[in-house]
Amino acid sequence: MNAVITVTGKDSKGIIAKVSTVCTEYGANIVDISQSVLRDYFVMFMIADISELKIKLAEFVDVMDDLAEKNGLKIQTMHEDIFNAMHRI
Amino acid sequence: MINRNDILETVNMISKDHLDIRTITMGISLLDCGGDSKTFSDKIYDKITKRAEKLVAVGEEIEKEYGIPIINKRVSVTPIAIAGAGLDVEGFVNAAKAMDRAADTLGINFIGGYSALVQKGMSNADVNLINSIPQALAETSRVCSSVNIGSTKAGINMDAVKRMGEIIKETAYLTKDSGSIGCAKLVVFANAPDDNPFMAGAFHGVGEGETVLNVGVSGPGVVKTAVEKLVNADMEQLSAEIKRTAFKITRMGQLVALEASKRLGVPFGIVDLSLAPTPAIGDSVAEILEAMGIGQCGGCGTTAALAMLNDAVKKGGVMASSKVGGLSGAFIPVSEDAGMIKAVNDGVLSIEKLEAMTAVCSVGLDMIAVPGDTPAAVLSAMIADEAAIGVINAKTTAVRVIPAYGTKVGDSVDFGGLLGSAPVMKISSCDPSVFVNRCGMIPAPIHSLKN
Repeated sequence: MNAVITVTGKDSKGIIAKVSTVCTEYGANIVDISQSVLRDYFVMFMIADISELKIKLAEFVDVMDDLAEKNGLKIQTMHEDIFNAMHRI
Repeated sequence: MINRNDILETVNMISKDHLDIRTITMGISLLDCGGDSKTFSDKIYDKITKRAEKLVAVGEEIEKEYGIPIINKRVSVTPIAIAGAGLDVEGFVNAAKAMDRAADTLGINFIGGYSALVQKGMSNADVNLINSIPQALAETSRVCSSVNIGSTKAGINMDAVKRMGEIIKETAYLTKDSGSIGCAKLVVFANAPDDNPFMAGAFHGVGEGETVLNVGVSGPGVVKTAVEKLVNADMEQLSAEIKRTAFKITRMGQLVALEASKRLGVPFGIVDLSLAPTPAIGDSVAEILEAMGIGQCGGCGTTAALAMLNDAVKKGGVMASSKVGGLSGAFIPVSEDAGMIKAVNDGVLSIEKLEAMTAVCSVGLDMIAVPGDTPAAVLSAMIADEAAIGVINAKTTAVRVIPAYGTKVGDSVDFGGLLGSAPVMKISSCDPSVFVNRCGMIPAPIHSLKN
């Protein structure tokens, strides 16, 4: 069971570190990651295995929202099923 | 592995194009709640609040986990004229109040099913319920009412049509202090579906099970964005792109429906493939038609564009869901669609054009404000016209018209929230009272004889 974490915002040092630290803290294991910076704009897609998540996914979403707010980023944490449903037949 | 572009597309659909699940609606049977007025009210309150206890919490949980907004969580019940047969007018009003209290306890904004099905005639219970509608809507805030006055199989019940014109007027008067808002919660149907999850017309049909979960998807903004990208595309390409978009939207609806059904322990009913606009800019059906290139909604070409849109949405959606039902089509509620409101204010969109549009989409003349002094007979004749389109073409049609008390053409009535604000529109001033007063039944069309 995976979650897709999309992070966007103005580029700064240590964004990946901050997001991955929170993932580790709550038991989400990062299985895929890709990021790029376009004209100071940071975009990252991260797929994390959440089968051993220590809290409920809904609560993990709140934790990520907090992290986003503190760092001036936009983070969307969504269950991967929604992407599979919409983009796979 | 999931593709980056797919992720980006979904995230943008939700954050920029207002993609959402418009409603998860739990249908609850009240057929086992019979009794005198007090017993009935107590029983329906208990049953509704017990069965739908977790509806809002589960909805919010899914919303968060999947990152997809679920705008409304609602309840529909067995038509009260059937469940509460035997009650008098006062008894029915008490039942409406019990429904209202139950909705309040559950934390939902609307509860549907204060309804009667009178397409072929009115029982005593139907007459009492219909007579109680104005008071019930004036004394509650969350209850929605609907009356089915015609069907392709039965024809059009003109006695009921006549009465509904008067009921709408009374409701407008009794709720005159809030823009006649009672009328915004009252739908007059022909060919009403049993499993519609959308308000104000939702009720839990008598052929349905004990409980059921129906889901209404939305996404005019997403379709508009897709259409806007295809500037030089021909009609087939346009239709194909709308189908692809509708497929994705519906798959999301199906996922949420199955998940909610599992978590609530309630059987999944249907996904309703409707494009339901909201007053938000960019979430408008009119703007999709305009993006196709008709100029402005209401101009020539509007009906053809809408017909194609409606058909493509169904074709795309039907493969994405295991069970499709409800209304399934594009909605054109004037007050809830920024593009329609603008078109009316610009003098481009008229009631007559809207009537033509209802022949090719769901549902009917929806959320239209007309002057407060519009006679009941004109409203009845308007209902008869709309019902004729539905009955002859074997589709659902409806009228949700607001003769807003004290208003005249050019005024605007603000209902707030999802109901939006309605420009008061010009309606024909010819007197159809001789036609309406004939009463009786308009017979079912020849093609109703299918056996």
